[in-house]
Amino acid sequence: MSRVLVGVKRVIDYAVKIRVKPDKTGVVTEGVKHSMNPFDEIAVEEAVKMKEKKLATEVIALSVGPAQSQETLRTALAMGVDRGIHIEISGKDYEMLQPLHISKMFAKIAQDEKCDLIILGKQAIDDDSNQTAQMTAACLDWPQAVFASAIEKADNGLKVVREIDGGLETITTKLPAVISADLRLNIPRYATLPNIMKAKKKPIKKLTVADVGVDIKPRYEVVSVEDPPVRQAGSIIPDVDTLVSKLKELGHV
Amino acid sequence: MLLTKQLKIINRVSARAFSAKEVPQFTKDRYPVKRGNYNALNDHDISHFESILEKHRVLTGSDTDMYNIDWIKSVRGASNVVLKPKTTEEVSEIVKYCHAQKLAVVPQGGNTGLVGGSVPVFDEVVISMSLMNKIEHIDEYSGIVRCQSGVVLEKLESAVNEKGLIVPLDLGSKGTCHIGGNVSTNAGGLRLIRYGNLHGSVLGVEAVLANGKILNLMSNFKKDNTGYHLKHLFIGSEGSLGIVTKLALHCPTAPNAVNLAFVGLESFQQVLNAFLLAKKELGEILSSVEMIDEPSLMASTTMCNLQSPIQKYPFYMIFETSGSNDEHDKEKLNNFLKNAMEKSIIVDGVATNEPSKMRNIWESRERIAESLLKMGYCFKYDISLPLSNFYDIVGAVRERVGSHAKLVSGYGHVGDSNMHLNIVCEKFSQEIYKLVEPFVFEYTSKLKGSISAEHGIGFHKPKYLHYSKSPEAIELMKQIKNLMDPENILNPYKVLPLS
Ligand SMILES: Cc1cc2nc3c(=O)[nH]c(=O)nc-3n(C[C@H](O)[C@H](O)[C@H](O)COP(=O)(O)OP(=O)(O)OC[C@H]3O[C@@H](n4cnc5c(N)ncnc54)[C@H](O)[C@@H]3O)c2cc1C
Ligand SMILES: Cc1cc2nc3c(=O)[nH]c(=O)nc-3n(C[C@H](O)[C@H](O)[C@H](O)COP(=O)(O)OP(=O)(O)OC[C@H]3O[C@@H](n4cnc5c(N)ncnc54)[C@H](O)[C@@H]3O)c2cc1C
Repeated sequence: MSRVLVGVKRVIDYAVKIRVKPDKTGVVTEGVKHSMNPFDEIAVEEAVKMKEKKLATEVIALSVGPAQSQETLRTALAMGVDRGIHIEISGKDYEMLQPLHISKMFAKIAQDEKCDLIILGKQAIDDDSNQTAQMTAACLDWPQAVFASAIEKADNGLKVVREIDGGLETITTKLPAVISADLRLNIPRYATLPNIMKAKKKPIKKLTVADVGVDIKPRYEVVSVEDPPVRQAGSIIPDVDTLVSKLKELGHV
Repeated sequence: MLLTKQLKIINRVSARAFSAKEVPQFTKDRYPVKRGNYNALNDHDISHFESILEKHRVLTGSDTDMYNIDWIKSVRGASNVVLKPKTTEEVSEIVKYCHAQKLAVVPQGGNTGLVGGSVPVFDEVVISMSLMNKIEHIDEYSGIVRCQSGVVLEKLESAVNEKGLIVPLDLGSKGTCHIGGNVSTNAGGLRLIRYGNLHGSVLGVEAVLANGKILNLMSNFKKDNTGYHLKHLFIGSEGSLGIVTKLALHCPTAPNAVNLAFVGLESFQQVLNAFLLAKKELGEILSSVEMIDEPSLMASTTMCNLQSPIQKYPFYMIFETSGSNDEHDKEKLNNFLKNAMEKSIIVDGVATNEPSKMRNIWESRERIAESLLKMGYCFKYDISLPLSNFYDIVGAVRERVGSHAKLVSGYGHVGDSNMHLNIVCEKFSQEIYKLVEPFVFEYTSKLKGSISAEHGIGFHKPKYLHYSKSPEAIELMKQIKNLMDPENILNPYKVLPLS
């Protein structure tokens, strides 16, 4: 195997409280702290580990998004990725961008860069679509191994352990292939200061949507984004007897 | 937001690590202490309390168990009643009655105190402040907050955050401790270097005195030089001079920009060098300087299953900056780190302004106390020491206890000269106890340090008070106590040495 492509999306940091825009078209992103999608960090970690184990010769990270996506790419480079590709897209265009568009961009870059393996996060924590890896595989007509919790070299390809309902499934796949990373695949490293400094010298190639030739006309329309319902306040009950009588009152026992 | 949920479950911090399995020995059996001449609680007292409060706010029997044991499980009282007032008037009624009946009382906040001060020694009446949890007013303009004393620190923090303010203190126990408990212990914490201690931030208090009288010292102003500043008597007096029922706190404006660095260092001398450089280069934006030694970080990463951001080093430090402009702060922090690395003061590190990463890094520091406790019995010391000798005590204790201890570690608020020294062993033994006490106090006293930097004196340290205070000072403290609580019903056996 020679080249691995990983996806790194810039999303709202998971420790930030999410606020829905008053007009319900989406969530407030302005002035809000962002970071790399946590499942993408896992994908990056796995690719870098493969390189350290000499299973890969080069790791490329691709980010599609506004100018600040460069920061996310820098973090990936500091984690050990060799070079970055940034497809810049911003404003309304970015807001309307959908998994199928991203998949087509990944497919294009994978072909242009002659990649043998694509590792993506199983989903981005902002829109929770869980579609990009699957659709990328379809675009390329490559095999897919999604929700991976372990990846090993196999005779002529890879052995992947998948997280499935109620257990684990082990499959083998030939290369090229698309893998999506699940939470337990690894614990991503931090980008340390010496590596951040080294990463400053690593290249990031900037492309436009036109460069990759993907039609970004939206395929679906977001009708409304809503806050989850507020949990009703509970009440503290002094003792078991009151609890039982309350439950009876409400018809639960 | 699936991951958010998953991570929240993994990261859940529980300060109330109370487990029914291991119950410590009764204080009266473990320690040589004699019950004062108080009346014993009877059924009539209970029904009187029930007439003041609603019945369900008078706890008896096994419902009182967790109020009798402290967080580190070092003491266990035998109280049979816990009272949960909601108003100052109720507190006043309770104390008035106890005063008349000569019943001793213990005010209890979140019960996270680390010196055995928050639980009864014998059968004192526990007054739990947990239902005194109303936030009365937040003034965005002055930043002054008025609230009852039983508000949990973290709740207060989120309430003032909504108004663009922050609470001027932050402790690992924030999810459980009360602001009133913090005031009563004059708690320090992670941001003292920036915002000073509570003697400055607390503008006023309301307290119930030993005879049940309500003393209103609330103030809406930073400046109020009218007579003696009596509020200070209730800040740090650990419930021995009155029960704090309300307070007015000055809350600074929340910083727009917070940045954090976690670094590795080869020696304690380099810790000092890094501190000095940080003060010079980060100046007004520096908001926290913490030190963690290797054994301490090993404890929190292994016991709480956390990830260290960097490889192993003998020492680690956390630098936090809080300011109003992220670009400015980031540049300063990066320059500081670059310079420190060029001078070989720090060897490795990470820097971030991502809230999730910052939270994870803070967790590795804040969960050390909990981790050490999970490893066995923990002797904890909270001392102020001159920085030039700051870490020597860890080596000295390590040598002294030898293989008796599983681990001896030091971490803490190095920016405020405050060390948390910990000795973890399989279980409590008189042998180790005698090896470390009074050794630790004598050592500290010789360096003119403080034997209790921020946790207070409580039950564990009155007999060592003289290591840090002169006979004249202790004498005056006793006179004040005698003046304010002549029957000695407020938190007896604590703070002051027996004559
Ligand atoms: C994980 C952890 C981390 C900690 N970190 C720090 C730290 O960084 N800095 C620090 O200073 N401390 C720290 N502590 C110690 C502790 O959290 C503080 O001392 C805190 O201020 C105690 O608050 P509390 O509400 O739990 O009070 P309690 O433990 O309930 O009581 C402490 C003392 O105050 C008295 N008291 C409580 N409420 C009142 C009241 N309303 N009126 C009168 N007296 C009252 C009690 O009688 C007792 O003597 C830590 C503790 C833990 C468990
Ligand atoms: C032009 C001018 C501007 C001022 N601006 C301000 C201002 O901005 N803010 C402000 O707060 N004040 C201000 N003041 C008031 C005054 O300067 C302050 O109150 C100052 O702190 C008094 O210091 P002093 O040494 O002059 O004390 P004195 O005037 O000598 O004494 C003041 C009081 O302190 C007592 N005292 C003095 N020394 C001691 C000691 N060592 N031990 C015990 N008691 C002692 C005295 O008995 C007296 O009761 C100003 C005064 C002037 C004239």
